[in-house]
Amino acid sequence: MATKLGPTPVKSPASGGAPTHHGPKGVGEDNKILSQGKWAAWLLAPTVIALGIVIVYPIISAIMMSFQKDAGLDPATGLFTAGGPAGIQNYVNWIAQQCSAPGGGTLACPPGTLGAQFWSATATTFFFTIVTVTLETVLGFWMAMIMARTFKGRSLVRAAVLVPWAIPTAVTAKLWLFIFAFEGIANKLFNTSILWTGSEWPAKWAVIIADVWKTTPFMALLILAGLQMIPAEVYEAAKVDGATAWQRFRMITLPLVKPALMVAVLFRTLDALRMFDLPYILTGGANNTTTLSILVINQIRQGFNAAAALSTITFVIIFLVAFIFVRFLGANVVEQSGATGKGKK
Amino acid sequence: MKAKLTATAALMMAGALALSACGGNTSSGTTAGGGDAAANLDGRGPITYVQGKDNNNVVRPLVDKWNAAHPNEKVTFKEQTDQADQQHDDLVQHFQAKDAGYDVMAVDLVWTAEFAARGWLQPLKDKMAIDTAGMLPSTVTGASYQGTLYAAPESSDGGILYYRKDLVPTPPKTWDEMMGMCSIAKANNIGCYAGQFSKYEGLTVNAAEAINSAGGSVLDKDGKPSLNTAEAKTGLENVAKAYADGNIPKEAITYQEEQGRQAFQDGKLLFHRNWPYLYNLATTEGSSTVKDKLGMTALPGTDGPGASSLGGHNVGVSAYSKNKATAADFLKFITSEESQRFFATQGSLAPVLTKLYEDKELVAKLPYLPVLKTSIENAVPRPVTPFYPAVTKAIQENAYSAIKGEKSVDSALSDMQKSIESAGAGS
Repeated sequence: MATKLGPTPVKSPASGGAPTHHGPKGVGEDNKILSQGKWAAWLLAPTVIALGIVIVYPIISAIMMSFQKDAGLDPATGLFTAGGPAGIQNYVNWIAQQCSAPGGGTLACPPGTLGAQFWSATATTFFFTIVTVTLETVLGFWMAMIMARTFKGRSLVRAAVLVPWAIPTAVTAKLWLFIFAFEGIANKLFNTSILWTGSEWPAKWAVIIADVWKTTPFMALLILAGLQMIPAEVYEAAKVDGATAWQRFRMITLPLVKPALMVAVLFRTLDALRMFDLPYILTGGANNTTTLSILVINQIRQGFNAAAALSTITFVIIFLVAFIFVRFLGANVVEQSGATGKGKK
Repeated sequence: MKAKLTATAALMMAGALALSACGGNTSSGTTAGGGDAAANLDGRGPITYVQGKDNNNVVRPLVDKWNAAHPNEKVTFKEQTDQADQQHDDLVQHFQAKDAGYDVMAVDLVWTAEFAARGWLQPLKDKMAIDTAGMLPSTVTGASYQGTLYAAPESSDGGILYYRKDLVPTPPKTWDEMMGMCSIAKANNIGCYAGQFSKYEGLTVNAAEAINSAGGSVLDKDGKPSLNTAEAKTGLENVAKAYADGNIPKEAITYQEEQGRQAFQDGKLLFHRNWPYLYNLATTEGSSTVKDKLGMTALPGTDGPGASSLGGHNVGVSAYSKNKATAADFLKFITSEESQRFFATQGSLAPVLTKLYEDKELVAKLPYLPVLKTSIENAVPRPVTPFYPAVTKAIQENAYSAIKGEKSVDSALSDMQKSIESAGAGS
């Protein structure tokens, strides 16, 4: 990172025999550049230290914890004793859904333990991610197209669209909890008597609807930013050439907005994979709406070390998904900016 | 190349944020040992009292009163949020940090065993002992772990069966009697019975009540699960059958306390199991349709009053406190008759002292006290176990499936049994 900050390569004045037009100032310039580097290091230090404390330390600590056993009860005293090293047992337990058996060893986790929910929680998390991100992309695109047009009251529409995004998720979840209550607005409005939070598919849809309502504006804004980068001339030229609206959308809008779109999808996907507060408040994780994050929080109350292993697994899953996005779908924020940097030169 | 590297780094960061968001709570791993129970027993000086949100403004006046009398041993009140889970996690973090700044704290009944087994709570014996003779026995059991008192009972709570006295001439004493009266509900086109059956802590309360009322128990005396009994089966089956028959309306599977109260106040339920707080709201809220029709009785059992799940809070002293002598005095102050009376009148908190339940003045103000006394006298603390978080999840998960009929009562109970065994088997 630090080298990127230097405005020009350091070599020029000293190594090059022929001095530049700065001539006599050469040495001073060199010092200045060096001290600039030092300055940069000093200026960056607080950020690096802060990141180290709030990100690197917890991760390392969590990973180290995940290789420890959870405290067990000493039957003689009734007090907890430290568990000692566990190797990769915590990871094996989660992935193979094994729980401690009375009298030592492990057995397949009986229903009612958190261990029994690992794969169903993983499936639920991915199900929510795929469905919500797809819906949000489609709806967000549509909203962005509307907002990109010039019409009376455009700024009002743009502000209004942002409202759901501005409300904290926990508040959103409470609002939807009232809406989806048995005596709530949803049932009154449609004259139905669905137990929204009381059975599997209604509960899942309740979570999806609330999530889409909340995060579509985010998607729409990112896509809108991409749309506004497309010069109007391109459309005009296409119109002159006789392209239909559908052709303009497919051949111009879509390819040109793709970089912004992919970044938006990537962000939302990573976010959705960590989904916690919405299902936690709306359904409490009942009826197969337990996501990996909810499972981690529940496990924290039962044993830190197994929870550390689970959050590391969650981390790896999210990282893999992000990697696949970047590697195969070309959603790369950083590469993009690197390319433009080169272009400037 | 460099751009690729930074891209990977940036992604690592993004993922790392996700991880640290999850792992943030888990500050330290091994927690065994706890504080030194023999240290600082004579320490005197200022202390801090930690409790969840003081909704009824009862703690501050009491603390002020204490401070006026003890200028050198002042109590500072630290207020937590009103969310039980957050209070629990906050306490755990301070205990793990061996924080001497948390001297005395309100401990929910169900956390007491966990904190005691971690060695975080000061055993209340010898110099720290308090007088429990006048307290309701079940509240003392709820504050003990393996025969030792670890906290002072501060307030209690028990379930009450509310009924419509305009429709039910004599309240039912047993579950079967109550089910027999469901024909009245049908004739009036309303639901018969509801408790709290949504999948959360309230379901543990209701499921444990059903099992205890039928003569079973979730854990035996040694803290081992005992759900493979005929009594436990009868208990859970009662609820599952009532739900299948429609005696418990189908929407009750989404009820927490508030939704149930709303339905009862709207006149949509004949019988409703809830906590004492319902009484004031149902008799005073403008929208209540049952103001003059509200009857109260003990929860129904097999052949007499049933066994309520005990609620309430205890007050414990941290093993890390530097001023334990002051802390012990403060516990005595909080459990004194005067303070208990103040809790009851000002905050509608059920007292732990037996004699206050017959106090004329209090009963006039809180007419549910006699019924509540029966309830608490027959109450069983929710499973007293250091593995409570795992036990309650095991009960919720399986009772929910059994009530909805997705699983037979037999396999639900056997899964509960196995899950609790596994939790107790250590890591």
